[in-house]
Amino acid sequence: METTTPQLWILPALPLLGAAINGFFGKRQSRAFIGGVACSTVGLAFLYAVYLFFTAGVGDTPRIDYIAPWISAGSFHADFSLYLDPLSMLMTLVVTGVGFLIHVYATEYMAHEDGFYRFFCYLNLFMFFMLTLVLAGNYLLLFVGWEGVGLCSYLLIGFYYLKQSAIIAGKKAFVVNRIGDFGFTLAMLLIIGTAGSLDYGTVFKAFQNAPVENGVGAVTIICLLLMMGACGKSAQVPLYVWLPDAMEGPTPVSALIHAATMVTAGVYMVARSSHLFVKSPVAMEVVAVIGCITCIFAATIGLVQTDIKRVLAYSTVSQLGYMFLGCGVGAFSAGVFHLMTHAFFKALLFLGAGSVITAMHHEQEMGAMGGLRKKIPTTFMTMLLACLAISGIPPFAGFFSKDEILWSAWHNGHPWLWLGGSITAGMTAFYMFRLLFLTFFGEPRSDHAQHAHESPSTMTVPLICLAVLSVIGGWIGVPKALGGSAHFEHFLEPSLARVPVEFSAYARASGSDPIDIPRPNPEPAEPEEPGAERLFSLIAVVIGASGIGLAYYAYVVKPETGQKLSAQFHGAYRVLLNKYYVDELYEVLFLKSTTAVSREVLWHAVDETVIDGAANGVGSTARAMGGFARLMQSGFIRSYAAWVLFGAVGALFYMILQWAK
Amino acid sequence: MLLTLVILLPAVSALALLTIPSSQPETIRRAGFAAALIVFMLSLGLLWQFESNAAGYQFESDLPWIGIPDIHFHLGIDGISLWLILLTTFLMPIALLASWGITERVKAFFCLFLLLETGMMGVFASLDLFLFYVFWEVSLVPMYFIIGVWGHGRRVYAAIKFFLFTMAGSTLMLVAIVWLYRAAHTFSVPALLAHRELFSGPEQGWLFLAFFVAFAIKVPMFPLHTWLPDAHTEAPTAGSVMLAAVMLKMGTYGMVRFCLPLFPEAAGRHAPWIIALALIGIVYGALVAMVQPNIKKLVAYSSVSHLGFVVLGVFAFNQIAMDGAVYQMLNHGISTGGLFLLVGMLYDRRHRFEIAEYGGLSTPMPIYTSFFLFVTLSSIGLPLLNGFVGEFLVLVGASQARFVYSIIAGTATILSAVYMLWMYQRVFLGENTNPANANLPDLSLREKTVAIPVMAMALIMGVASGWFFKPMEASTARVVKQTGVPAHVKNAAPATYEGGTR
Repeated sequence: METTTPQLWILPALPLLGAAINGFFGKRQSRAFIGGVACSTVGLAFLYAVYLFFTAGVGDTPRIDYIAPWISAGSFHADFSLYLDPLSMLMTLVVTGVGFLIHVYATEYMAHEDGFYRFFCYLNLFMFFMLTLVLAGNYLLLFVGWEGVGLCSYLLIGFYYLKQSAIIAGKKAFVVNRIGDFGFTLAMLLIIGTAGSLDYGTVFKAFQNAPVENGVGAVTIICLLLMMGACGKSAQVPLYVWLPDAMEGPTPVSALIHAATMVTAGVYMVARSSHLFVKSPVAMEVVAVIGCITCIFAATIGLVQTDIKRVLAYSTVSQLGYMFLGCGVGAFSAGVFHLMTHAFFKALLFLGAGSVITAMHHEQEMGAMGGLRKKIPTTFMTMLLACLAISGIPPFAGFFSKDEILWSAWHNGHPWLWLGGSITAGMTAFYMFRLLFLTFFGEPRSDHAQHAHESPSTMTVPLICLAVLSVIGGWIGVPKALGGSAHFEHFLEPSLARVPVEFSAYARASGSDPIDIPRPNPEPAEPEEPGAERLFSLIAVVIGASGIGLAYYAYVVKPETGQKLSAQFHGAYRVLLNKYYVDELYEVLFLKSTTAVSREVLWHAVDETVIDGAANGVGSTARAMGGFARLMQSGFIRSYAAWVLFGAVGALFYMILQWAK
Repeated sequence: MLLTLVILLPAVSALALLTIPSSQPETIRRAGFAAALIVFMLSLGLLWQFESNAAGYQFESDLPWIGIPDIHFHLGIDGISLWLILLTTFLMPIALLASWGITERVKAFFCLFLLLETGMMGVFASLDLFLFYVFWEVSLVPMYFIIGVWGHGRRVYAAIKFFLFTMAGSTLMLVAIVWLYRAAHTFSVPALLAHRELFSGPEQGWLFLAFFVAFAIKVPMFPLHTWLPDAHTEAPTAGSVMLAAVMLKMGTYGMVRFCLPLFPEAAGRHAPWIIALALIGIVYGALVAMVQPNIKKLVAYSSVSHLGFVVLGVFAFNQIAMDGAVYQMLNHGISTGGLFLLVGMLYDRRHRFEIAEYGGLSTPMPIYTSFFLFVTLSSIGLPLLNGFVGEFLVLVGASQARFVYSIIAGTATILSAVYMLWMYQRVFLGENTNPANANLPDLSLREKTVAIPVMAMALIMGVASGWFFKPMEASTARVVKQTGVPAHVKNAAPATYEGGTR
């Protein structure tokens, strides 16, 4: 505790100030002023985060900045307190850093839109809630940020509020998130019941001492409910449906909220709760399986989408699946590592797509693009780097993080999950380069593509910054087997729980059930099989490269292949193009049936017919009273006073009779 | 004395208003508004002088009123009554300011509202059961006229329905009050509490039910709620506001003040089905709200859902739930009161409540739209606004009684987002769909003055709940202690130990 106390509240306060200035006074200000306020508050927050990184001594002991009391009722307390440890430090740096670049980009991208001040007010408000989310010192404050970013997401998806599809997408996002939040809320209730508090310190300590749970008990239920919340926010199966539709929002919003930061909140929350999850093998398994299913499922849809942002959206869902897969197999730091590298390259991909869309005069269909390589070279180069990164080609950022997740899956005894992740890696490389080739290669397929121009430097400089990060961002986490020093893992170590030895898949695979013996802090295993790890890295690279090669063949060498394939597998193609008809299914299952039952049964039948019918039966008297009522209304105040008097006297009379008995 | 002054001043002002000739409606409006404002200022004095940590009644005054039977003009407040009185005095000037558009029988309108204020505050401050009953009735009658005379469409039907439902309940309550008097020879609430053994035999169950039904109708609880959608829809704006924000709380307040402490065993025995009804109300109200084609009806059904939370909290028999329930009473007053105020502003412009009449209002009325969104968010329990605090505490408390209560009640957080945002979307977003709305003026200065204090309160209550809990903790703790924990309540929380950063 010898270093200076960090004034953590400054971090969220800065963007909140920006939001307030723009929200209250922005309407009459120039665009330069509005953009300046928005960018500078986030930029300052980033600088302060960097300052904290170097001076606050983020290490083994979390630093807690107590701000004010919030709720205190009976034995329950929750305060406004912020919490700085390696995990929240990392998240803060990513959120403010990437956030700042996207803010700068947006000043240009949104320059000609109406509601400029409104946009930046929401965007800054988002930063406020996101920082609250990652810095919160207890689950309830995390939930404040959690719901708050959801609100901003709602507002920003529906930013073009005249457009029906955008409004509906916004509401869908909010409601689906609320379903997840319902689970999160229940989890908090159970945590209070178990640990008596929602403060991280108290909760983690309580669970650290708990035994590993054999089967489904309280801890498992808590973790599964937390995962339900994470599924909503981080768009996992079955609650992923809102994220693709969220692409109705402006592209910088897609980059910031629906790729780099907000949607990773679920991963953050699971990693934050690692002390709980490692006590429940069942919950871990569920997390891993959901992650794996999501990453395959979304990747298959991504293969056939034709809207450039939709491809990226499904890709985001898929990559988030990887992160959960990592957490679920016990490699929390790998999951968070992928969260970070993904933030770099996916933000870049979206901003690049935004640059393409601007160049194409708001055309998002890749069918109308083509040949943009020479027209917008900076955008092309940066997007190429991002595609290499996401495809897992070394030495780009995505390689290291994805590789670590897949290796952990195999190493911790989940060969099927490894297989699923690896197949997805191949599909990822394929659809990303499909996007790249369709957009930038071949001949221009429309007038807009023919006359495209590169975006100004306010947009390209953020692209270049993110491109640099997409290249070098993975180098801090090179595993020992590949000659690195795993800095990243060591940095995060104090924040994350380690999976107890007895719960490893080895124990389960061997059929024994030695889960009862808790061993809270086993030593980290040294990479005992560097050869195997290297081999698996090689396999991953080969898979990624073949995906790219296949895409090159199908979209550059023989561009007609794609159409042939879709014609040949017409049925499957239709199913994928229509996203497995999940939206339609949900609509019938949940929306239509609920509204129909509510309207016809609950309202018309129960309320109006049964209950009111009974009441009116009693109250044919009502009709008689009607005449009486008119009588009362006539003389008004006087008769009314008389009426009260009459009632009171009647009551009194009755009482006196009773009393006199 | 201050308490008596606060409670009687509105009624006295109403009498004073009578002296202003009807030909000067503007003077009447201003005088009425000023009176309500002064009452609010005075009531702040109550807050100022209130001893926060004391559990007992404060500002007590006890004057013999009628000798035989022994009825006293006995007033006094604890932390729970304090906040409900402040809620009343806070909203009354706002509701009157929102009623500037009333042009018919202005004098009667303002007089009735001031009379209503006295009645409602009297209910919250009476420590004599008979006095309580008188105030209960006194508040009923002005509301009947407010709906019946200044209401919309089917106002007479709605007013009579309101009146009959409530009267049916209060008759039962009167019988129970008389019974209590026969048993204990006093109407004094503190005295009755001290001698619960005098009526703790088998009759306790019936007494409890008589009180409970009267209060349940007022809340209103499913299935006694059907008067509410009609009354709310047809009442003039200020009437809906006071009805939703304060009058419904008379029911839940009665449960807290009388049903639980006076008849603890009966309350414990009946709690399971009462909670079941509350849970049904929570889900049912939300589902029916979802399919309402009329904005005001939608808000009315949402009240059924929100008030279900309060009843759930009250009958969970623990401190956290009780705190949450009382907080939720205040929250609902602010949020739903705010919604009715805003809907009323729309009605002043277009004289329509049907959602289908609107669409794309954000284009002509951007400020109104953002205000409406803010209050909507407060109503659906967004954290940092008021609704969240109460809702969450009720869920915490209920989960400690039985976890399944919280699971069922928690679904309302999903449904409320559905019905409110769906309505918001259809009324405000998209292209303007009705030429009649194309040139609607945005909020006037007066209307902003009406809405802003309510929104500010929603934010303050969401961020600084400590200010509100502090004066009331001792009182809720006392009610919980007086009631005790009934046998049926299983403690779902195993080894619970105290936590907290400090």
